[in-house]
Amino acid sequence: MSPNLNGTTAELEPIFDGTGPRSAATLPRLLEGVPARGAMSLQTHLDTHGELPTGRRRDRRGAAALIDQIEQAGLGGRGGAGFPMATKMRTVAAGRGKPIVVVNATEGEPASLKDRTLLETLPHLVLDGAALAARAIGADEAILCICESAGVGFERVAQAIAERDQLAGHWPRIVLSSAPQGYVAGHESALVNHLNGGPAKPTFSPPMPFERGVRRRPTLVNNAETVAHVALIARHGPRWFRELGLADQPGSTLITLSGPLAYPGVYEVEYGASLSSLLDAAGGTRTRVRAALFGGYAGTWVEGASLPKLALSNAHLAPYGAGLGAGVVVLLSELACPVAETARVTRWLAGESAGQCGPCVHGLDALANTLEDVCRGTSQGDAMRRVDRLSLLVNRRGACAHPDGTVRFVTSAADVFAEELADHARHGSCEACERQPELPLPSNRPMTKAGSSS
Amino acid sequence: MSAVLATTGPSAYWYLTRSTGAVALILLTLALALGVVDIRRWSSEAWPRFVVDSLHRNVSLLALAFLGLHILTAVLDSFAPISLVNAVVPFTGTYRPLWLGLGALSFDLIVAVILTSLLRRRMGHSIWRTIHWLTYASWPIALLHGLGTGSDVKSTWMLAISLGCLVVVIGAVLVRVAAGWPDQLARRSAALGAAAIFTLGLLLWLPGGPLGKEWARRSGTPAALLGHSGRASSSAGANAASASISSPSSANTSAEENR
Amino acid sequence: MCAELLPERIVLDEWGYPILDERPLPAELVSHAQRAAQACPTFALLVERERG
Repeated sequence: MSPNLNGTTAELEPIFDGTGPRSAATLPRLLEGVPARGAMSLQTHLDTHGELPTGRRRDRRGAAALIDQIEQAGLGGRGGAGFPMATKMRTVAAGRGKPIVVVNATEGEPASLKDRTLLETLPHLVLDGAALAARAIGADEAILCICESAGVGFERVAQAIAERDQLAGHWPRIVLSSAPQGYVAGHESALVNHLNGGPAKPTFSPPMPFERGVRRRPTLVNNAETVAHVALIARHGPRWFRELGLADQPGSTLITLSGPLAYPGVYEVEYGASLSSLLDAAGGTRTRVRAALFGGYAGTWVEGASLPKLALSNAHLAPYGAGLGAGVVVLLSELACPVAETARVTRWLAGESAGQCGPCVHGLDALANTLEDVCRGTSQGDAMRRVDRLSLLVNRRGACAHPDGTVRFVTSAADVFAEELADHARHGSCEACERQPELPLPSNRPMTKAGSSS
Repeated sequence: MSAVLATTGPSAYWYLTRSTGAVALILLTLALALGVVDIRRWSSEAWPRFVVDSLHRNVSLLALAFLGLHILTAVLDSFAPISLVNAVVPFTGTYRPLWLGLGALSFDLIVAVILTSLLRRRMGHSIWRTIHWLTYASWPIALLHGLGTGSDVKSTWMLAISLGCLVVVIGAVLVRVAAGWPDQLARRSAALGAAAIFTLGLLLWLPGGPLGKEWARRSGTPAALLGHSGRASSSAGANAASASISSPSSANTSAEENR
Repeated sequence: MCAELLPERIVLDEWGYPILDERPLPAELVSHAQRAAQACPTFALLVERERG
């Protein structure tokens, strides 16, 4: 018996008659049997993970029991916010009208590849989870949103959906939908707006999607990886899920690791694993590491020297002002120019503004201008003071968190790369400015393979 | 006493409808100009933006009030058969149906704009804004109504007011279109084109139209009212021959011409 | 316009957008705040009642 969140012990019985609880807690879980090429077929998927649990009780209460399981497992969202999945499900299930599920696989974060990996190689995990979640909240439809630039992922998922006609039992309908590319387009409310026929821009006015979202129905919006975990929790139970990870951040998660490594790519780790173990699994670094960016381009830079002490969980990263976000870790080599890289990404972030709020549109542009000036050495006066001032001016003054993320990215860069920034302000571009950029942006994203680390 | 009422002089309502009409045109012009000043966010020490904004709203409401009086007095005035329905439903009615109808149309547009502005919070911002642009349509329609229906159109002062207001509105449109040029080029060019065509058309039309001969007849004044030697009594108006002004026939036609 | 109507709590940034001081409003400022909120052309301002 393992302690549940409240510190008391309770027998957690598996409610579903799937494959039952697994005894040994190992990795990989999601990435088990991930194929080197193509997508895992339905049969292989069922052989690997077990039959899709239909539930002992074929009624609404039986289906809703999955929510209890998810609550006991402590599953948090894998899209960056980490919001408790069970709470979300309960809120939507209690809403007015027939609920609907939206699976967000748009993955607008350029440095993240995990959702794309799931779609292209392990689609049935996502589809299982979507169907199970939909049934648990009483929805009859799940919309799987894929970025319009997804390419092969679209076909593979479509094929997988077609394969599922063979499945026994009555499952909610899964519909594929494409969403426009864009950093803010993956925001929950932006996606809902897009599905309702509007622009893919975030809104801030009520009602929220969980009350009234797609077609005015209570909408459950979840990241693709989150529902993939649901697929396994339903089979193996919450106790199994908690055998890996930490008490306050249980389970395993997918991390996209990029940078000067032998094998950059998508890895599955348990929360709390050391960063060094992950880097080892990726074949080690090819150069010395200047700094690492955690959480993506709305995340935080951490000094290279601190990296050996770090572990992969929000609690362990919090003292450095960082978090895992949607499971993104980007290493920057010592050979790169951090000023040029930061300026380039900031300019991209400014361009990704939805354009709805003055302070974001003007402020991010001004930040990008200032950083570009610093990089070229053409800045007037105390540019870094201006960066600080602009950051304060822009923070929390937009309708969504986009400007806040950019501010976090820039202020942590100003802190970690203070020396290089001062140097550029005085002397202008360095040799490394001319190098091929390391930080991935949509036009130059490198292809990587999935792996796992235990 | 009724004999006194059945005079052949114009009734008070007739004077009131003309004057309130002129004032309404001036106020509408002012409201439009203030609207442009408002959206251009102009301000000074003595004129903060919220004052400009309040002024725009209040002048618009005042214009509506004068419009209301203008319509009411026109309906009450017994000379021309204008009913309340004619005044708000365009192109109905027997008295100069087209030109009066334009007035009704303009009034309807203005009411729509003012109502939506009062209920602004309940609709999306872009819906409100699109409807608000109807003001740019309501103004020229009001001007045409004034020139086509107005009795004073040939008089210098009325012409001066009309053309003066036109100059102000053209200026306001130019200022408005210039803001943010050249974004939305198609829209702005269309606005400029429309303003130019309207002005040109107006100036070409005036001499042969309202400023020309026999406009009263050509604009649709009922025959019964034409050639009248003066004002009819308040009872019916149509056939009460006013023999009391025994004037030569030229004076008869010119009396109507002067309306 | 809101900064003109409630200068005690609103200043404008360099692009003309309002920076709000979100401290609770004293009683005498509430009606001014409501007027400022109503004057906003995009309804971006809200006067909220805090519970407790």
